[in-house]
Amino acid sequence: MTALLQGAALHRRYGRTPALRGVDMEVAEGEIVAVTGPSGCGKSTLLHCLAGLLKVDSGGVSYRGQDLGSLSEAARSRLRRTEFGVLFQFGQLVPELTAVENVALPLLLAGSRRRQARKVAGEWLDRFGVAELADKLPGAMSGGQQQRCATARSLVTEPRVLFADEPTGALDVLTGERVLSEIVHVARERSMAVVLVTHEPQIAAYADREIALRDGVVDPSGLGLRMPA
Amino acid sequence: MSTSHVLLGLLSGGARHGYELKRAHDDRLPQAKPLAFGQVYATLGRLERDGLVEQSGQDRDAGPDRTSYSLTGAGRTRLAEWLAAIESPAPYVTSTLFAKVMVSLLVAGEETTTGYLIAQREAHVARLRELTGIKTARGASAGDVVAADYAIAHLDADLRWLQTTLLRVAELNQEVNS
Ligand SMILES: Nc1ncnc2c1ncn2[C@@H]1O[C@H](COP(=O)(O)OP(=O)(O)O)[C@@H](O)[C@H]1O
Ligand SMILES: [Mg+2]
Repeated sequence: MTALLQGAALHRRYGRTPALRGVDMEVAEGEIVAVTGPSGCGKSTLLHCLAGLLKVDSGGVSYRGQDLGSLSEAARSRLRRTEFGVLFQFGQLVPELTAVENVALPLLLAGSRRRQARKVAGEWLDRFGVAELADKLPGAMSGGQQQRCATARSLVTEPRVLFADEPTGALDVLTGERVLSEIVHVARERSMAVVLVTHEPQIAAYADREIALRDGVVDPSGLGLRMPA
Repeated sequence: MSTSHVLLGLLSGGARHGYELKRAHDDRLPQAKPLAFGQVYATLGRLERDGLVEQSGQDRDAGPDRTSYSLTGAGRTRLAEWLAAIESPAPYVTSTLFAKVMVSLLVAGEETTTGYLIAQREAHVARLRELTGIKTARGASAGDVVAADYAIAHLDADLRWLQTTLLRVAELNQEVNS
């Protein structure tokens, strides 16, 4: 069986700073994988590379057996729009758009009709408990409310893989739990895979499995302590 | 936490049979180790000897599980005292882990101790995942969630300790074995 998503010998540096130094990993369909490790170990870089948002220097990322590097920019961007969802620590909503418009945006970009897109967006806002904020601008919402909208937006296209980078890092505990539980339920219902970046053991515990990074390589002990020779 | 105090608490609403007490205990404290019947009867026996509970009825045709028990006045007082007492904030599980690490360094050395710490951490992580699953499950009751939260918070503390101890094991080994 081929993995849904696979990274092989991934290398990436920023100028002279190496961020990934040969990472191998796989994610199966419907699997929730936590990427853990101390700050600066390369988690965000790995997530960006896997999601096709950042190019690797060497090695390759493949999705359903297809090498992302071999795709045209247009094909890669279509893949990101239709198959992938991304969610960052600070949701990055479009400030000029209301909550429902923000959530509807990915559907409109994928070619949905406006009315249908708004209807579906409203259902996702409801699922994250923020339906009553539909017509508010991000500036008029709390951080937690914005993040719930951003989570709804990352899921609205029903992606096959969700890439989430410290998605609850800025939330209070109960709001964070609610967001994570809902993501887990969506993953289970739709067999959506999740790559969940976190440095918190309690958050990693939502995943089926953990991949620990240390200084840009995978640490098989899961501890960020035992380095492969 | 002592089982005898929990049993006193479960009797505060009225007399109960031993098997009812076991069921109530396991229902109310889903994260605790289920009580064995033998433990229930042994505990009730001690409580009766100390005058904290008394037999309040016995079905005619029956063994020990047909005896019902109720709180005495002294039992009620003891229960109230326990509820009001602040527990000494000693970390009880970690003390076992800590003792084991020290003994392991003395007896088996650094490599074995590191191996133990890694395996212990894996067990903690697995349990953390399991408890998180209980919380995330559809239809989890508030009681399930709060019980899981309690266990999770403690496991999390142990996990952090395991992790930092792994970073310090070489240093600790030098100190212990010098
Ligand atoms: N845009 C950037 N420019 C330069 N260095 C970067 C940049 N992004 C990340 N880095 C460096 O790459 C390494 C890995 O960073 P990152 O992937 O953000 O780690 P993490 O998400 O685990 O904290 C760090 O040393 C970081 O300082
Ligand atoms: Mg990061």
